[in-house]
Amino acid sequence: MAHAQTTSAPGTRSTGRSNIEIFSYDEQITRLFVYATILWGFIGMSVGALIALQLPFPEANIGEYLTFGRLRPLHTNAVIFAFAGNAIFAATYYSTQRLCKARMFSDWMSQVHFWGWQGIIVAAALTLPLGMTTSKEYAELEWPIDIAIAVIWIIFAVNFFGTLYKRREKHIYVALWFYIATIVTVAVLHVGNSLAIPVSLTKSYPIYAGVQDALVQWWYGHNAVAFFLTTPFLGLMYYFMPKAAQRPVFSYRLSIVHFWSLIFIYIWAGPHHLQYTALPEWAGTLGMLFSIMLWMPSWGGMINGLFTLRGAWHKLRDSVVLKMFVVGITFYGMSTFEGPMLSVKSVNALSHYTDWTIGHVHSGALGWNGFMTFGMIYWLLPRLWRTTLWSKKLATAHFWFGLIGILMYVISMYVSGITQGLMWRAFDEAGRLMYPEFIETVTQVVPMYWVRLIGGLLYLGGVVMLMVNAWMTIRSAPKELPDPAYAAPVAPVHSGGDGRPGAAPASGDGTEERKDDLVEVAPSEAADASAASGSDAPGTKKPDGPGTKKPEGPGTKNAQGPGTKKPDGPGTKKPDGPPSLRETDDED
Amino acid sequence: MKRRFIKKDGIHRRLEGWPLVFTVLTTIAILVGGLVEFLPLILVKGSVDKIATVEPWTPLELEGRDIYIAEGCNTCHSQMVRPFRHEIERYGEYSKAGETVYERPFLWGSKRTGPDLARVGGKYPHLWHVRHMENPRSTSPNSIMPPYPHMLENDLDLSDLPTKLKRLRMLGTPYSDDEVQNAIEIAREEAEAIAREVEAQGGPEGLETKQIVAIVAYLQRLGTDIQTTSTAGSGASSAPEDVNASR
Ligand code: HEC
Ligand code: HEM
Ligand code: HEM
Repeated sequence: MAHAQTTSAPGTRSTGRSNIEIFSYDEQITRLFVYATILWGFIGMSVGALIALQLPFPEANIGEYLTFGRLRPLHTNAVIFAFAGNAIFAATYYSTQRLCKARMFSDWMSQVHFWGWQGIIVAAALTLPLGMTTSKEYAELEWPIDIAIAVIWIIFAVNFFGTLYKRREKHIYVALWFYIATIVTVAVLHVGNSLAIPVSLTKSYPIYAGVQDALVQWWYGHNAVAFFLTTPFLGLMYYFMPKAAQRPVFSYRLSIVHFWSLIFIYIWAGPHHLQYTALPEWAGTLGMLFSIMLWMPSWGGMINGLFTLRGAWHKLRDSVVLKMFVVGITFYGMSTFEGPMLSVKSVNALSHYTDWTIGHVHSGALGWNGFMTFGMIYWLLPRLWRTTLWSKKLATAHFWFGLIGILMYVISMYVSGITQGLMWRAFDEAGRLMYPEFIETVTQVVPMYWVRLIGGLLYLGGVVMLMVNAWMTIRSAPKELPDPAYAAPVAPVHSGGDGRPGAAPASGDGTEERKDDLVEVAPSEAADASAASGSDAPGTKKPDGPGTKKPEGPGTKNAQGPGTKKPDGPGTKKPDGPPSLRETDDED
Repeated sequence: MKRRFIKKDGIHRRLEGWPLVFTVLTTIAILVGGLVEFLPLILVKGSVDKIATVEPWTPLELEGRDIYIAEGCNTCHSQMVRPFRHEIERYGEYSKAGETVYERPFLWGSKRTGPDLARVGGKYPHLWHVRHMENPRSTSPNSIMPPYPHMLENDLDLSDLPTKLKRLRMLGTPYSDDEVQNAIEIAREEAEAIAREVEAQGGPEGLETKQIVAIVAYLQRLGTDIQTTSTAGSGASSAPEDVNASR
């Protein structure tokens, strides 16, 4: 009994004492998504480096299947859906369970989600080089894979909402709002943009044509950025930033205002990708106006993230995790300032079709998505594997390599983009094109393509450091990693009324941690407890009043003895509940 | 009001206790913008001005277009000339909505690593395209475009053509019964004509069964429908932007 594996234990058990139940979090699923994130990140960015080489050095187009035109979509799909995708699933599975104080609705669905998603990625990696593509950006995959994506997404949704249903925490925390928006909107966008009539297994024609197709595609494309690369990462930020900083989120109010305005406004902005095209002009103007309005809610998120560190900036010095988060959020702020600017018609007239767009993309992608992901992984590694990070120095080196890499990438693309834009439109005194031969504008920017490649390789080098660090850290992990078990009073919150007894939050703010209603028990004890029909579950620690310290995690105890330092700062105890959302502007 | 809504025990606080309601409200919030933008464009007939001379792709051109998609040429080439003087000077007449009514999918592109191709039809002889696709640096020194020598070797697979035309007709492209039934023969005749011309220009022989003829057919058609219109001075200039006002 005592060695029962909690991984196989059901999520919830009654202990025999009617008002206590024992449950555990599924940590293995988060570990799987972390593995996948790192692996696909490396692959996707290696392909990125290859296409970055192919541009200045076309001899690197190898054979029929590995040409730039076929690999570019592979790069975008791999980094967006495989790297960023697995990262947000890792974040979702880790934080949702803790924010709901409940195990995932179904372990089986979690596994199907994980393996199904990896299968989809492999299918993408095979079909794109073979030329099976719809050509629509970020929706290149052909219809059978599209159907698989829809099915897996629905399984994810059921699993997620099922967890919300059986939660033990009455109020859903702001990170969960962003996950909800992500899950709903991605489903709508994916189905809406993928409607097509098949010709064969590998070819289809979209039901929309021309201008309509363009509008639907960029409604999708822009909101893929919004609801795949922005909202889930904001959810990630809202959970992991306060955790890492050990500070409550800056402002609860701001999170409400910026959440609703962000998701409402984002949807309108798609046509800014089609300025001055054959799209009716009113649509482009609408897109421009809403893009400018989008600046404020975006910066609301940035402020809420950065100011979570108020008064604790000194923590930056010692914590790689916080360094990564702060730079990530800063790049989020920069790209969401740049974005509205690019959507202004007169700016877009210059920037559209040029490398400026590529610079904008990668300041968001490498800075915001990449660094938030790396920060999260460095935070998760010691916790999920119950050990310490192998090398803090290497992690710090990753940070600097990544940062210099981003700067080289982004700055070279700004130079190249503006150069292209200006050369294309230049007239001489006689009113003729200054550079009538297009190729002149290409050779001019080729040096910048080399700089970009070096920046990309530095960034990729950082990812390799992460791989090594993760590998060595995981090697030092204890052999058995049973899910830690917790005890909580019975009574699901959705059963009506105000939730379970004691649910009334002490401060009127239910998202802050209540140490008195959730107690960690050792897994073996949990197993015993469920078996014991006696009145007092053995080993279940009873709360002895508010402010009770949590017992050390069971795994840690076995592996390294009591009093193991948590890696994120000497001697800090990490609460495992939702991050506190108590805000400073709440006094009135 | 604002207070009551977002105070720590206000209405929003209660909403956070009802994930279902929260999800429904979120869904509404994200649907509004999309609907406002689509409905006019999809429901209002004539939101796109038809241009009489714009016709569907011929079978071989359609096949070439699908190769263009498979190769991802659209990752480097746009097909959308914007109404600026410098673009019109460089590429030709700016693109009109009515030109794209048979475009499934649209191929406007988002990046010009290479030049816009919306008006490339007729700009070069067939043979130039054959040489250029085989090795871009043979016609354009310093080009960074990938070479596609396999297009001169790989056989053109026409077997899906009748289904393709049938599906497109279902979606509204006006192909005749004759075109749908004889799609393959029509494509072969077109291929034959192009291959003969390439030979006449001193190019390689026997290309009529190769992928390259389909790509050439497609490229040579690009933007040519409208050229006849604009010289005929018909009412095709329905674009939103004043050409001269553009900077
Ligand atoms: C890496 C980006 C890239 C890809 C992919 C690419 N091209 Fe190009 N293309 C260029 C560049 C750069 C030029 C200008 C130099 C030259 O003429 O080769 C060009 C020029 C052209 C031209 C001549 C245009 C003119 O007006 O002179 C044609 C036609 C063309 N490409 C067709 C294609 C086709 C068809 C494909 C797909 C099979 C393709 N390109 C794929 C970069 C690319
Ligand atoms: C080592 C790092 C990376 C390198 C070297 C790299 C390189 C490239 C290159 C060369 C292109 C094509 C640009 C062009 O067509 O001119 C590209 C496009 C793109 N990349 Fe990356 N990339 C990297 C990482 C990432 C990451 C992490 C993401 C996303 C999370 C990303 C997202 C994209 C997107 C969305 C595009 C398409 C942009 C557009 O269509 O405008 N990249 N990348
Ligand atoms: C307020 C927020 C933002 C606005 C208003 C905005 C606006 C824009 C505009 C105007 C373009 C250029 C379209 C064109 O000329 O073709 C663009 C491109 C792009 N942006 Fe943003 N942006 C924002 C934030 C972000 C963020 C945070 C990311 C994250 C990675 C991002 C990713 C992209 C991508 C991938 C493209 C390239 C699309 C393509 O052409 O393939 N954007 N954005």
